[in-house]
Amino acid sequence: MSKIKSLDELRKIREKVSDNTEVRITGESADRTIIAVGMATCGIAAGARETMSALLSEIEAKNVKNISVIATGCLGYCYAEPLVEIRPPHDAPIVRYANVGAELAKEIIDKHICEGTFIEDAIFNRGGSN
Amino acid sequence: MILSGKDYSEQIKELDSYIDSLPTKEGKLITVLHKAQDLVGFLPNELQNHIAEKLGIPVSKVFGVVTFYSFFTMVPKGQFKVAACLGTACFVRGAGAILDEFKKELKIESGETTEDGLFSLDAIRCVGACGLAPVISVNGKVYGRVTKENVKPIIEEYLAKEVN
Amino acid sequence: MANFRMHILICGGTGCMSSHSPEVHKNFIDILGKKGLSKEIQVLKTGCFGFCEQGPIVKIYPDNIFYVGVTGQDVEEIINEHVIKGRPVQRLLYVDPMKKSPQEEHKDIAFYQSQVRIALKNCGLIDPENIDDYISVRGYEALGECITSKTPEEIIKIIKDSGLRGRGGAGFPTGLKWEFAQKSASDKKYVICNADEGDPGAFMDRSILEGDPHAVLEAMAICGYAIGADEGVIYIRAEYPLAVKRLQVAIAQAEELGLLGDSILGTGFNFKITLSLGAGAFVCGEETALLNSVEGGRGEPRVRPPFPAVKGLYQKPTNINNVETYANITQIILNGPEWFNSIGTETSKGTKVFALAGKINNVGLVEVPMGTSIRDIIYKIGGGIRGGKKFKAIQTGGPSGGCIPAELMDLKIDYETLNAAGSMMGSGGMIVMDEDDCMVNIAKFYLEFTLEESCGKCTPCRIGTTRIYEILERITKGQGKMEDLDALKELGEVIRDASLCSLGQTAPNPVLSTIDYFYDEYLAHIQDKKCPAKACTDLLEYVVIDEKCIGCTLCARNCPVSCISGAVKKPHHIDQSKCIKCGVCESKCPVKAIIKQ
Repeated sequence: MSKIKSLDELRKIREKVSDNTEVRITGESADRTIIAVGMATCGIAAGARETMSALLSEIEAKNVKNISVIATGCLGYCYAEPLVEIRPPHDAPIVRYANVGAELAKEIIDKHICEGTFIEDAIFNRGGSN
Repeated sequence: MILSGKDYSEQIKELDSYIDSLPTKEGKLITVLHKAQDLVGFLPNELQNHIAEKLGIPVSKVFGVVTFYSFFTMVPKGQFKVAACLGTACFVRGAGAILDEFKKELKIESGETTEDGLFSLDAIRCVGACGLAPVISVNGKVYGRVTKENVKPIIEEYLAKEVN
Repeated sequence: MANFRMHILICGGTGCMSSHSPEVHKNFIDILGKKGLSKEIQVLKTGCFGFCEQGPIVKIYPDNIFYVGVTGQDVEEIINEHVIKGRPVQRLLYVDPMKKSPQEEHKDIAFYQSQVRIALKNCGLIDPENIDDYISVRGYEALGECITSKTPEEIIKIIKDSGLRGRGGAGFPTGLKWEFAQKSASDKKYVICNADEGDPGAFMDRSILEGDPHAVLEAMAICGYAIGADEGVIYIRAEYPLAVKRLQVAIAQAEELGLLGDSILGTGFNFKITLSLGAGAFVCGEETALLNSVEGGRGEPRVRPPFPAVKGLYQKPTNINNVETYANITQIILNGPEWFNSIGTETSKGTKVFALAGKINNVGLVEVPMGTSIRDIIYKIGGGIRGGKKFKAIQTGGPSGGCIPAELMDLKIDYETLNAAGSMMGSGGMIVMDEDDCMVNIAKFYLEFTLEESCGKCTPCRIGTTRIYEILERITKGQGKMEDLDALKELGEVIRDASLCSLGQTAPNPVLSTIDYFYDEYLAHIQDKKCPAKACTDLLEYVVIDEKCIGCTLCARNCPVSCISGAVKKPHHIDQSKCIKCGVCESKCPVKAIIKQ
C-alpha cells in the first residue's frame, strides 16, 4: 500500500472502504429498512438463494443505503415461496411479495425501495409492522 | 555462560546481538531486561553483571531495577507457572481460598518453585478476565470460575503432560 | 457478490479469549469454508463487547442478533439454522434475568440500553487489526482536519470547551494540561499515553486498546500537533500481551499508509509512536514514576513541581494522558465541543467507562453518561446482585478510592460527588459487594495492596501503610483495641497530607471511608470479637446444632485435626481450642447441622 498524501485522498479511501463496516452500522440503525427473504427448506428449494443474490447485487449496483437484507425462517406460505418481506422502519406496515425470482427481486429494489412505488400485481399481502 | 547449572551461551549470544542492534542504549535497561528474561527465563547476578557491562551502566542500577519490578525474577520459575489472580473482583469471589489450595497441594508458598522444578506459584494482580472470576492461569492459559475442587485436577492435568 | 451479505463478529477481548472464543472463531471459518459460504459471509474478531459475564459473545449482522456463551460445538448449529435458514438459535440468546425472555437484538438488552458509547464507540464494531475498518468509520479524519485546517491554539480551545477531564483518576482538565505543555518552549516535546492500568479489577483501558487501538494513536498524534511534539510513547503493562500486539499491528499499518511517521498526509507534520513496556509496578501509573520507568529506571515518583508539562520525559515538556482520555479526543473533534459538553453533569462532561465486577450479575464494561446513579448501574445495567443477595457497598477508584454504602445508592456519579463521599473516580474500577463481604477485611485487602506496591521512596507511605495494615490485621484477628480506631484515623491523615505522590496520598481512603460508613462493623470486630459478614475466619466458630445432628460421624471422620467427638447417632461436639476452622465438617455434613457463627 502506498502512503496517503492528503486529507482528500483519505476521504476517497473512506468511500472505497465504507462497505467494510456498512452492514454492521446499518444493522444498528433504527432507520433502516429490512428485506427479509424466507430461507427455510422450502424457500431455498424454490430458489430463495438466487433471490437473495439478486437483491444484494441490485442494492450494490444502485448504491442503496440504510438497508439490510436478512435471511428469515419459514413464513408459513410454502406455495408462495420465494417470499420476500419488506419491513420499513418506524412501525410502517410490512409488505410481502410472493414468488420472487431474480427479475422481480431487481424490480423490488428499483421500484419499491428506490422510487417508493409498490409493485401491486406481485404483492402477496400486507400488514403487521416491524 | 553457566547459570544455575545450565549452559546459556546461545541465549547470551542472541541477547548481545539484540543489544548491539539498538539504535541507542539510553533508557533501554527495562527493554533489555525483558528480552533477557524472555531468553533465559530469569535474571541471576551473573547475567545482571553482563548486562551492566554491555550497557555501560553500574550493576547497582541494574540490580535496583530488577528488584523494583515484580515482573522480573532472579530465580528460575517452574516449568508450569501457576498464577492466581488476586485482583479485587477475584478476591470478593473467593480467590484467596483458591490460592491457599494451590499452596497446600503444591506445598510451596507464593513466589516459590517446587523442588522438582515443575511448578511455580505466584499471586498476580488482575488479568482482566473479571467476568470469569476467580481465575487462575497456567503458562498463560486462563481457567475461569475456579473452585477449590478444581485445583487438584488442574495440577494433575499438567503432571500428566510432564509424564507424556 | 462483491460484498459480504453477513458479518459474524466474535469477541476477541481477553475475557472471551480466555473462554474459548478462538475455537469459536476457527470453527466458523472452517465450517463456512466447507459449505462454500466464505465469499458471502465474513467472520472477524473484534474488541470487547463489554458483556464479559456472558462470553464468548457472537454477534451477527445485518440481523443484529446477539448470542452469548457460545462454544465451539454451537457453531455448526448457528450456521445451519441461522446463517443458512434464517432461524436464530433460541437457546443461545441472552435471557434477561428481569424480563425472563430471550432477547434477540443487542439494543433490546437492558445491559446496553442505559449506555452511551463514546470511548467504546468502535469496540465490538470494527476489526481492530484492520485499518480499513477504522478508516470506514471516519478514522484519521479528525487528525487530517486538525493538521490541515486548524491551529494548535484552536485545537486546545476545542478540548477546553468540551470540558473533558482526565479519565485516569484525578480529573484534571485535559485542555488545560495540553495548554501548559504547548506553552513550554522547547526544541523537543513528548506525548505519552498512560496505559499502565494497574487497579485490581479495572480493565477499561485494555479493552479500548484491544478493540480500537487506532483511536488512541490518532488522538496522540492530534495532541502532538497541538503541543508541538513529534514523538509519542505508549507506556503499557507487560501483562497485557494482546493489547501490545494489537497496538504493534496498528502502528505498523498507520505508518504504512503515512498516517503516522514523516509528513503525515503530506503536511510536513511528523509524529512517530513507540511502545514502552512496564514490568509490574503499580506506582508506575503515577505520571512522574511512569516517566522514570520509560527512561529505564526504577519507577519512583519525582517531586512536583516541576510538572511534566515543563520538565517531563528526559527533562523535556511532556503531556501525559490516560487511554480513555485519548479515546474521547477524535469524537470531540469530529462532533464538536458543544456535543460533548451537552452530556454529563455541571462539572463532569461526557461519559465514563466503568469495569463493573464483583457480586453482580452482569460483570462487564459499561460506558454511561456522567451523573448516572449507582442504582441504575447496579440494577438497570448490572442486572442486580448475584444470587439475590443484599447489596452492601460499591468500591470505586481501586486502592485509592473508598467504599460507598447502599444508603448512598442514588448518588449521581461524577468527580465531585465521589470525592465528597470519601471515594474517587479513579480509573473506573467498580467492585460490587454484598452482605457476605466484610468491610474491615476489604480495607485490609487494599492496604495490603498499597503496602506491597509502595515504592518506598517517602516515609509516610512506606511506613504508614505498613502500620495501618498491621492494625487492620490485628482487628480482623480479634485482637483490636478501641484506641486502634483513633490511630487509624490519625495515621490516615498524616499519610494523606505528607506523601509524595497520589499513591500514598490516597492510600488511606479505603480505611477512612469504611470507618465512616461501617463503624458498627469495626466495633463488632473489636468489642464483640465477631465478624458480622462471617468472612474473618479467626473470629468464627463452627458449631453443631444438636437438634439437627443425626450422629452420622462423617464430620468426625473427616476432621483433619480430630477435634470432633461424639457417639454414633448422638449429637457431636467441636472442641474450639483445637479447631483450625478449615470448614471441612460444614461441607461434609449431610443435614447441614454444622454452621459457622
